[in-house]
Amino acid sequence: MNVVLITIISLGVLGALAAIILYFVAQKFKVFEDPRIDQVEEALPAANCGGCGFPGCRAFAEAMVKSDDISDLNCPVGGADTMSAAAAILGKEVSAAAPMVAVVRCNGTCENRPRITQYDGATSCTIASSLYGGDTGCSNGCLGLGECVDACDFNAMYMHEKTGLPVIIEDNCVSCGACVDSCPKNIIELRKKGPKSRRIFVSCINTDKGGTAKKACSAACIGCKKCQKICPFDAITVENNLAYIDYNKCKLCRKCVAECPTNAIHMLNFPPPKPKVEKPAAETAE
Amino acid sequence: MNMLTVSPSPHVHSGDSVKKNMYGVIIALLPAFAASLYYFGIGAVIVSLTAVLSCVFFEWAIQKFLLKKETSIMDGSAALTGLLLAFNMPSNLPIWIIIIGSLVAIGIGKMSFGGLGNNPFNPALVGRVFLLISFPVQMTLWPKPIVSQMHYLDAETGATPLSVMKEGLANGETVSALMDKIPSINELFFGAMGGSAGEVAAAALLVGLIFMLLKKIITWHIPVAVLGTIAVFTGILNLVSPELYAGPLFHLLTGGVMLGAIFMATDYVSSPMANKGMIIFGIGIGIITVVIRVFGAYPEGVSFAILIMNGFVPLIDKYVKPKRFGEVVKTANA
Amino acid sequence: MLKTFSLGGVHPAENKFSAGKKIEALPIPEQVSVPIAQHIGAPSEPVVSKGDEVKVGQLIAKSSGFVSANIHSPVSGKVFKIDDILDTSGYKRKAIIIKTDGDVWDENIDRSDDLVTDITASSEEIVKKVGEAGIVGLGGATFPAHVKLSVPPGKTCDVLILNGVECEPYLTADHQLMMEKGDEIMVGTQLLMIALKVEKAIIGIENNKPDAIKHMTDLASKYQGITIQPLKVQYPQGGEKQLIDACISRQIPSGKLPIEVGAVVQNVGTTLAVYEAIQKNKPLFERVVTVTGKSVSNPSNFLARVGTPLNQLIDAAGGLPEDTGKIIGGGPMMGKALTSTEVPITKGSSGILIMPEEIAKRGKLEPCIRCSKCVSVCPMGLSPYLLSTVSDKAIWDRAEEEKIMDCIECGSCSFTCPANRPLLDYIRLGKGKVGQIMRSRNK
Repeated sequence: MNVVLITIISLGVLGALAAIILYFVAQKFKVFEDPRIDQVEEALPAANCGGCGFPGCRAFAEAMVKSDDISDLNCPVGGADTMSAAAAILGKEVSAAAPMVAVVRCNGTCENRPRITQYDGATSCTIASSLYGGDTGCSNGCLGLGECVDACDFNAMYMHEKTGLPVIIEDNCVSCGACVDSCPKNIIELRKKGPKSRRIFVSCINTDKGGTAKKACSAACIGCKKCQKICPFDAITVENNLAYIDYNKCKLCRKCVAECPTNAIHMLNFPPPKPKVEKPAAETAE
Repeated sequence: MNMLTVSPSPHVHSGDSVKKNMYGVIIALLPAFAASLYYFGIGAVIVSLTAVLSCVFFEWAIQKFLLKKETSIMDGSAALTGLLLAFNMPSNLPIWIIIIGSLVAIGIGKMSFGGLGNNPFNPALVGRVFLLISFPVQMTLWPKPIVSQMHYLDAETGATPLSVMKEGLANGETVSALMDKIPSINELFFGAMGGSAGEVAAAALLVGLIFMLLKKIITWHIPVAVLGTIAVFTGILNLVSPELYAGPLFHLLTGGVMLGAIFMATDYVSSPMANKGMIIFGIGIGIITVVIRVFGAYPEGVSFAILIMNGFVPLIDKYVKPKRFGEVVKTANA
Repeated sequence: MLKTFSLGGVHPAENKFSAGKKIEALPIPEQVSVPIAQHIGAPSEPVVSKGDEVKVGQLIAKSSGFVSANIHSPVSGKVFKIDDILDTSGYKRKAIIIKTDGDVWDENIDRSDDLVTDITASSEEIVKKVGEAGIVGLGGATFPAHVKLSVPPGKTCDVLILNGVECEPYLTADHQLMMEKGDEIMVGTQLLMIALKVEKAIIGIENNKPDAIKHMTDLASKYQGITIQPLKVQYPQGGEKQLIDACISRQIPSGKLPIEVGAVVQNVGTTLAVYEAIQKNKPLFERVVTVTGKSVSNPSNFLARVGTPLNQLIDAAGGLPEDTGKIIGGGPMMGKALTSTEVPITKGSSGILIMPEEIAKRGKLEPCIRCSKCVSVCPMGLSPYLLSTVSDKAIWDRAEEEKIMDCIECGSCSFTCPANRPLLDYIRLGKGKVGQIMRSRNK
């Protein structure tokens, strides 16, 4: 009985002593942090992906609290809702940035772009691209080795088995930019998601002359400039045999999509064209 | 002509493969296997076959049903683990115990860490030590050599030289008196003693060592470091007090020292990467083995010594790097 | 015991099919595509334009900085165009394309075969002329020779080492040069000794060329200060750092150049080019290229003009074999796999190796079994398994700590790995990245 009592008392005293020491040390070495940083951090999605340009959500929260002007700060994962919630905590103004999404600008599928050599090195796009232009006739096209898919932390990408190209799962993409940085050929671009997720872009970045480009890939941009001529909004520029659509100017009229002779311009999430109705022969004969 | 292949340099290969190395070690073990057949006969066959087959089976089953990936049993590493596990067991061990040992060796010792290349501990030793601690009686009943050739579970058992020495010294007998009770050095060298199926014949194991060195499967650093340390440490003890401590020859030729130094400590995955690191590893094994044998409770310490040093390997690899080119500067402009 | 380097090394099968084949001058091609980036350093700037007439040996592109090189026309004719063409880099890069017309050489070049042994040029004149002649390292690295010969202030050079090793399997160009142009190489050596102001030159030759060793030893006895050093047949004996270690037992410290230990290394082909530049006024526009391979019907050593398309050399060697799996520019250990036979020869093209299909692919990839064979063969004493893993996982600070920049990319590690792991692929990636980080840090 005595032993038990002594044990309880001695352990209790030790515990109390440790608690007191810890309390005083915590008080003495306390780092004062603006409590708002914690509050803002709570409002953030906690993905720690670096899409905002800061190393982690806490660093972004600090930046938000410490900067006077937060108009150029944006969390692409949380989007407008998160930014306004965070801004409300701080009583600062934030401009709503248009939601962005990653876009793969290459349509060199196995069908369109025949393979002319066989790559037998390590499965890494960076390694392959330092060796040569790729296993097809187009030196700018996607290598299909999946470095972008590996870089994505949000399960928003996968390699399509048949086409050999990466596919973006829109709903999961938070436009953090990891895939853009990982591609050694700069094929992936962050573009405006567009109203109703509709967007139009040139799915090619080949700068070879038209003839060479077409020989290597049937879906290449040949730099013919037909799209530039037809665009009513001056949104298209053609440089180095390659067309580019400025997503800020594009009004989604789709005229360029129809004009393009190689179908290099893609439109996403538009309704399918209505089937043409055949007029009965009797009416047209008149 | 088919499509050209394009890959980064180099464009030629030495032709070496995992399979070649694993089967090379198995071939190096054949003299020891022959010796085990001679001394322990049917028991050795049954134990070896059971261990090899169950190790290969468990690796195949785990890969196919649990991990759902391609099987790698053809690379020979599971078979090698099985053979080494068998060589670490007495030749009268019941089949069900052998199977449990294989399951632990492959399942826990190898696959749970991620398969070949990822296990920090030698899988065969993990299996063996598990069995030693779980079934101490069955794992320490040693069949007598030669007389047990035609027997398996009913083999006549006797003490090993190590256990004779250990118990005798504990009872206060002298080393020289005990040396008369055990087989002569000659007999020890060729394996005429009780012990695990594969550990008895030092001569056969040394033939295997020479084969592996010639085929460049292992380098000399680990075996020499282990055997050298044991020889020096026990040599010093023996000089200090010849009647309390047995000499180096005794320690080198009895128990699992030869098998451990040549085949168990040199396991690729669980040993260090740099030559200097290998020597430190070997010295550690030697010291711990002797400490356990001489001052510890068990008569045999090699398995534990190797497993303990396996645990130190990541530390050794981190701080002991190979000698770099240009580290020692001899220049005209210095 | 033959001398050799201190650490690691491997011994790939030698396969010197074209050994003993006399150097054959190829007929002049109808058209040449001369890339402006054939050397380490900044690409040269063209000084001719479309329609210009040029003569053999005329300057067509000039050096654009200290570490750059002049380029001279290999043929006489008219400049067809300056355009991007597929070259040995695997990408399309700028080249000067000339349509050949006759074989009119620049008048200053001495085309006779006489050996000119009198040396009147001073050290500075030699270095200057070497630079003007556009001479770059012909061993394959293509480092501008005049830069190597310009000893930086504060450093001294006490020995010249010539690389007659040719440690890469299959290649025999340097071997033939030593057998057929030994005297010229000796005079070239003297010129280099004067340029560097040294009294001693050592020519390293691997022991699998006993005829070259004997021939060069006999020649060297006629010249002051030149000795021949036979070396053990071990790859990479011809690597600059390893060669210096083997010949004079000095190891270059990490991150430094050979001049740090008082040595300068030049390939024997480069030395011959120096002789031709100084004694014959001939700039660098042609070189010996070995065309070889197991299925090649006529493995040979050709003297080819820079800019000649590969297919011309391959045709002269019996044509592209049916079972071709890979075409390699250079040797099998460090050469570059090419995608087409239209690619032109450059100053650095030491050989064309045609590999049959059955040996063109890598073996099955298996997990690392930690056998440490890569560590034991690395000639720089590095840990390839570790460097490869940290490069794959993008841990750049660890890669730098583990001295990834010391790697000479010899390929011994990937050659040896029993699990067929692409060690060098990832290490090269890591070197590129860490190099970038280090350069931006020093800005």
